[in-house]
Amino acid sequence: MKQSLSLALLLALSLAPSARAANEADYKAAYAAAEAASKEAAGMRNQWTVTVSALAAAKKAADGGDFDRAVAAAREAEALAKASIFQAVSEKETWKAMEIR
Amino acid sequence: MKTRVHLLLGSLGAALIAFALASPRVIAADKVDPVADAKAFQNFFFQKFPNVKHEDFVNGPYSMNEDMKRQWQEKEEFPPYEFALDAGKEMFATPFKNGKTYADCFPNGGIGIRQNYPYFDTKEGKVITLELALNRCREANGEAPYSYVKDEMASLTAYMAYTSRGKLMDIKIPDDPRALAAFENGKRYFYTRRGQMNFSCASCHVQSPGERIRAETLAPALGILNAMPIYRSEWSGMGTTSRRFVTCNSQTRAVPLEPQSDEYRDVEYFLSYVANGLPISGPGARP
Repeated sequence: MKQSLSLALLLALSLAPSARAANEADYKAAYAAAEAASKEAAGMRNQWTVTVSALAAAKKAADGGDFDRAVAAAREAEALAKASIFQAVSEKETWKAMEIR
Repeated sequence: MKTRVHLLLGSLGAALIAFALASPRVIAADKVDPVADAKAFQNFFFQKFPNVKHEDFVNGPYSMNEDMKRQWQEKEEFPPYEFALDAGKEMFATPFKNGKTYADCFPNGGIGIRQNYPYFDTKEGKVITLELALNRCREANGEAPYSYVKDEMASLTAYMAYTSRGKLMDIKIPDDPRALAAFENGKRYFYTRRGQMNFSCASCHVQSPGERIRAETLAPALGILNAMPIYRSEWSGMGTTSRRFVTCNSQTRAVPLEPQSDEYRDVEYFLSYVANGLPISGPGARP
């Protein structure tokens, strides 16, 4: 019995950090990273509409105090922005593969 | 050991020969050659669709599908762009506040000149589209510019296209490195994938003309601008070339550029040049 209790406690403690609710500081950090990547993509003339929407969703969720959702949306925006940057960089040369010659 | 050395030398020799044969092609491919590009572009479509008359490519999806073509021909008896055409004719003839008209801004009074747009302005070093020239004409005469994607601009260009119907697209590329750069930039834009969907203009209009994307039959890229502006049932209204580029970008989930941005002007230059010799058919009607 004692052993199961200790195991349960250990399990609960190990899960605790990941289950912690996001706070405003988490959101601000995630949003800043997403915004920086988004600006880089826009500077390359390769912004995606879905990045803009995810950034807007993050801000809306944060304004409503839902920082879990805000952080998730900001991270999604950052991932999308980074994908668009990758696309812009790789297309600098790979567009030629599609050219009619 | 000797065999190994012979093998090595043999491979090296073969590699050198291959490199020597391949390198001129690489250099040629990197050189901007609009004439060769246009020839290759047209041949691609002529060979892909041997049963389509060359001058029919300007009719977009109707050149790809007989049923659609018959429906369109019937619609042409009372075309949906007619209101815009009438409005454009009236606007074109109505003097500005200073008494001048659009006719004062264009060669031949603006009649029958659509096939020469866009052109490369060697003074400015940039591509000038018909839409841009119209707004510059307005501004030079003290009038506010029109939106590039809305009705007034579509009406004016509809009328100007109508007066040019049947004339063959005749875009010039002057002997100017900036003009060649604009052509190349337009080509790059046309083939570059963008948006979350990872589509380029060519993904739909080179790789898949005649195929369906949801309910729409895709138009071939060859002559795609000869029919502009168009009435689109999907828009329930008229749309300019600018509007077409903007919506194409949005559909791939790319944030559109500003209408008449350098990229859009250059891609219009590229697409129009490779359609040289095909007739103007605008204004058009599309599903």
